[in-house]
Amino acid sequence: MTADTDTPVTSDLPQSLADVVTDFAETDSSDRLQLLLELASDLPELPPRYSDHPELLEQVPECQSPIFLVTEVEDPEQGDEAIVRLHFSAPPEAPTTRGFAGILYEGLNGQTAEVVLSIPADLPLRLSMTELVSPLRLRGMSGMLSRIQRQTSERIGKITE
Amino acid sequence: MSTAIPADTTAKFADYADGSRLVSTEWVAEHAGEPGLVIVESDEDVLLYETGHIPGAVKVDWHTELNDTVTRDYVDGEGFAALMSAKGISREDTIVFYGDKSNWWAAYALWVFSLFGHEDVRLMDGGRSKWQAEERELSTEKPRREPTEYPVIDRDDSTLRAFLPEVRDSLGKRPLIDVRSPEEYSGERTHMPAYPEEGALRGGHIPTAASVPWAKAANEDGTFKSAEELKAIYTDEAGLGTADEVIAYCRIGERSSHTWFVLQHLLGYTNVRNYDGSWTEWGNVVGVPIVTGSEAGEVPSR
Repeated sequence: MTADTDTPVTSDLPQSLADVVTDFAETDSSDRLQLLLELASDLPELPPRYSDHPELLEQVPECQSPIFLVTEVEDPEQGDEAIVRLHFSAPPEAPTTRGFAGILYEGLNGQTAEVVLSIPADLPLRLSMTELVSPLRLRGMSGMLSRIQRQTSERIGKITE
Repeated sequence: MSTAIPADTTAKFADYADGSRLVSTEWVAEHAGEPGLVIVESDEDVLLYETGHIPGAVKVDWHTELNDTVTRDYVDGEGFAALMSAKGISREDTIVFYGDKSNWWAAYALWVFSLFGHEDVRLMDGGRSKWQAEERELSTEKPRREPTEYPVIDRDDSTLRAFLPEVRDSLGKRPLIDVRSPEEYSGERTHMPAYPEEGALRGGHIPTAASVPWAKAANEDGTFKSAEELKAIYTDEAGLGTADEVIAYCRIGERSSHTWFVLQHLLGYTNVRNYDGSWTEWGNVVGVPIVTGSEAGEVPSR
């Protein structure tokens, strides 16, 4: 883990996520919240197959605001090579949580299961935001990531219930 | 309060001990922009202000701006003066706070400002959600206020704030109010339902503390209940009676700021202190007495 003022490590991240981490690091700290807000605004709406069936989504209780997510894997028989799709539901009155979901969407949606499972758990600490948001919120993002990884493992059969 | 900005004459407010501490959304819509009045938004969610705020309102973030970055404490007099100057707030200004979550964080900011003796601080009844529910104007434009020469005022921690040793010495002598949820009070859990764990090693409450969850003071729409209802809840049911000293606490001091505001300004208890160390301190300290279950419990014998 590097301090906010240093360049965070990105060599073990997929390019899409490395770009987000670098964007935050290179953005003036006073503008970082604006960047997070843009990611919150870019988070797509749930497709009807999920908005009509909220029971298919899993809640992330580590977040201070209600957020639900579901991970889809296309052709799970391809295992590590299968493509992962992410869907989130977070209310507009919780923009920070939406922003964190937006980061994961931007960085991980459409990646392979192998890439998703390789994301290090300290990702939230590399976003240069430890001084802007409380540690609890960053822990909420960890909660989202760990659920995405667990669901991905389940879908490709790495975890059997 | 001696100020050029008039009080809100809404009938409901007149029944409170100091109704001039509250303003309505209508009042804010009418008076926003007047010289000498600053609207301050203070939220739990650090991004909410950026999504749109009352036109002209400035943001004060409890986490990054009111707290010292190293010690677990609030900023000092110099830090507060620098913050006020940067926000364009003068010592004489009337400040109206509002925020999310029924004004928890707004009340918290108001309380911290009160530690520095900023005189004319008020809350907008119902907070951000009421303003939004009434479909009033929101703006994403950040106001540019001229920096001010705010004086360096030492924080007064002796009047409105309680520390652990004082709380311990209070057991059996003065009433304590625990404003957390019933599950936190009983010790079934150490954090709010649906909130992440915030690190207390033990669950339960401070012996003798009465349980009055903060939300009892609020209506569905986030506004404060009437003076009569508040008296029934605190003065009668919680047994505060005519106590001349009360200490309120919660988990980190935010919900208890809401209750502090009710007791101090709306009900007129003269000596109300917020124990901001709250459960994240008490629930981790070696050797302090704790009671579990729904009964207040006895003063431990020494």
